[in-house]
Amino acid sequence: MLATQLAALREGPQPGLDEALGLVAGFDDALANGFARLGEERAEALTALAGAVAATPLGPLAADAAGKLAAGSIAEEHLTALAGARTTLLGAVHDALLARLDTALGRTRAPWNGSQPPTADPLTSACRSWLAELAITGWRGVDHELASSADQAIQGMLAEPRLRRAGVLLDGLAAELRASSPVGAMEHLPVRRWADLWARALLLIRTGAVEGAEEVSGRLLPLGVDIHEHGTAAQIQLHAILEPHGRLVRTSVSAAKVDTIAGPFVWQLFQDHPVLTGALAKHLSLEITGMTLLPSGDLIWQEAKAGVGAYSDPFATARVQLGGASAPAVPPLDRHPVRVAEPVFVEGYKSDGAVIRLDGAELPFDLDRLPQSGPLTPQLLKASTACIGLMRWDGGGWRLQPLAVQASVKKEPVAAHNGDWAQGPTDQKVLKSGAKAGDPVSVLKERAGRLLRK
Amino acid sequence: MNADRPAWEQLSALRVVSPIQPRKLAKVPFVEMAEGRLQGVVSSGSDIERVYVSSITAGTHGYNCSTNNNRPCGGLRGAPCKHLHSLVDEAVLQYGLDQVARYLRVEGERAGDLVRNLDGGHESIPAAVVFSRFLRHLAYLELPPASEPIAEMHWFPSLGAVS
Ligand SMILES: [Zn+2]
Repeated sequence: MLATQLAALREGPQPGLDEALGLVAGFDDALANGFARLGEERAEALTALAGAVAATPLGPLAADAAGKLAAGSIAEEHLTALAGARTTLLGAVHDALLARLDTALGRTRAPWNGSQPPTADPLTSACRSWLAELAITGWRGVDHELASSADQAIQGMLAEPRLRRAGVLLDGLAAELRASSPVGAMEHLPVRRWADLWARALLLIRTGAVEGAEEVSGRLLPLGVDIHEHGTAAQIQLHAILEPHGRLVRTSVSAAKVDTIAGPFVWQLFQDHPVLTGALAKHLSLEITGMTLLPSGDLIWQEAKAGVGAYSDPFATARVQLGGASAPAVPPLDRHPVRVAEPVFVEGYKSDGAVIRLDGAELPFDLDRLPQSGPLTPQLLKASTACIGLMRWDGGGWRLQPLAVQASVKKEPVAAHNGDWAQGPTDQKVLKSGAKAGDPVSVLKERAGRLLRK
Repeated sequence: MNADRPAWEQLSALRVVSPIQPRKLAKVPFVEMAEGRLQGVVSSGSDIERVYVSSITAGTHGYNCSTNNNRPCGGLRGAPCKHLHSLVDEAVLQYGLDQVARYLRVEGERAGDLVRNLDGGHESIPAAVVFSRFLRHLAYLELPPASEPIAEMHWFPSLGAVS
């Protein structure tokens, strides 16, 4: 990424963006307060939100829902319609941001040609009622009892692999609400975030898996790995270029966990994927045969269809091939600014550890996405001169989430990647403190083996 | 919160639950502050099949310790047993002294003070509820694998060390 590209990203206003986010904020405020006590002003905010999607197929439903909620009649279908309207607006924001980023980078993106059919699973009904109850009460009214009341229903969904995605989302939201209860006592509420999670859950529960997959074979050249984690789930997401056609793809592996498994120990959860973790730890390419690629650019990882290849330096891949690689489409449901995670390569900059400066252009590092499970630290970012990262957008601005950096430490060149500890920490200090703490995954698995089957 | 960072209210991806500190799990595999109690499970030092369920009620400071089969702990003789001491020690490691002290509503400079300053007595708190919560906790590690990518995890960045 060049300074001119960075400047192009920020050049001129993004038409309609502030208006869209303003409408979303109006809805989020109503949700924080609860739909049972809308009041005139908040009812108008819902009407305005519905008005913004009037020209879409959702328009009549959303307008009707806003009217019903204002009149005090609250049904799940109305909530879903408004969640849909909010999601549509944020989808438009996502599209505008991504289009601008693609233009700045000169990146071509495939059109969406998959589908996601609607679904209705009876196992989700208790969680749908919970989401409705949360909306009626509003975040400010959430207490420990309401925050915990779906726990059992969420467990039921987690146990079903086909509902895992929604289960993981709901479990993350419920944990935040429990930890924040009574929410009314909180000074600041994460209103955008919780409304995001709430709306996404309502829609995800009614949406089936992505269809339109193809089978692909070839060589994966890793760029870097993004690590996601909440108390009871972890996911590693590898960004890579698939040869021969130079396509940007991601492949993800997730695992259920508990909160006491965190930091470098998270990798322990993925040791049944030795091909993938081995390639990450040793910087190897991957040869894949007949693996499923979704139209979203997600490669469904299967160890049996993969083997490690030759040494492959992610920085060489980023320097030589990333610029010309083509990007996948984004599924309609996933269109949200938080999902913008576009691989870029930046070099020749100076940094204070928080912001990079490149020929007069500036870009902050996303320090909230710097995991403890890898060697990247703010000190290393400060010493860095090249970075493979993901372009992120949140809270009104662009940030660079580092996945790997090249730096100069004591005048020696070093490279550090998020996935370097995929088969165990390589840093002596971390190794030592890990040895002291023992291995939480095996301790808990032993306890589970002994106590669960009685 | 840093002044030049956007307000909490406008962020999609942020950390709401404070990260917990890593600790050795062998002795006390499970600690939580929930249902108005500091409660957890302490492995028996002598019998690998046995665990103790220990709990302290916030505010009133009533406490209990028994095996998972509801047999009273032999160490509870008018004062908290060693399992309750271990429970508080590990809770302080996991959540920090301040958070534990605030939750229990007890004062102290270190974990040992918190136990000494409890002003409640032995109280009948059923072990079954806590034990089943522990089993539910363990059950996460036995969930069948799922291969679908979870796009929603973009809302949950890995809990970094920076704040
Ligand atoms: Zn005891």
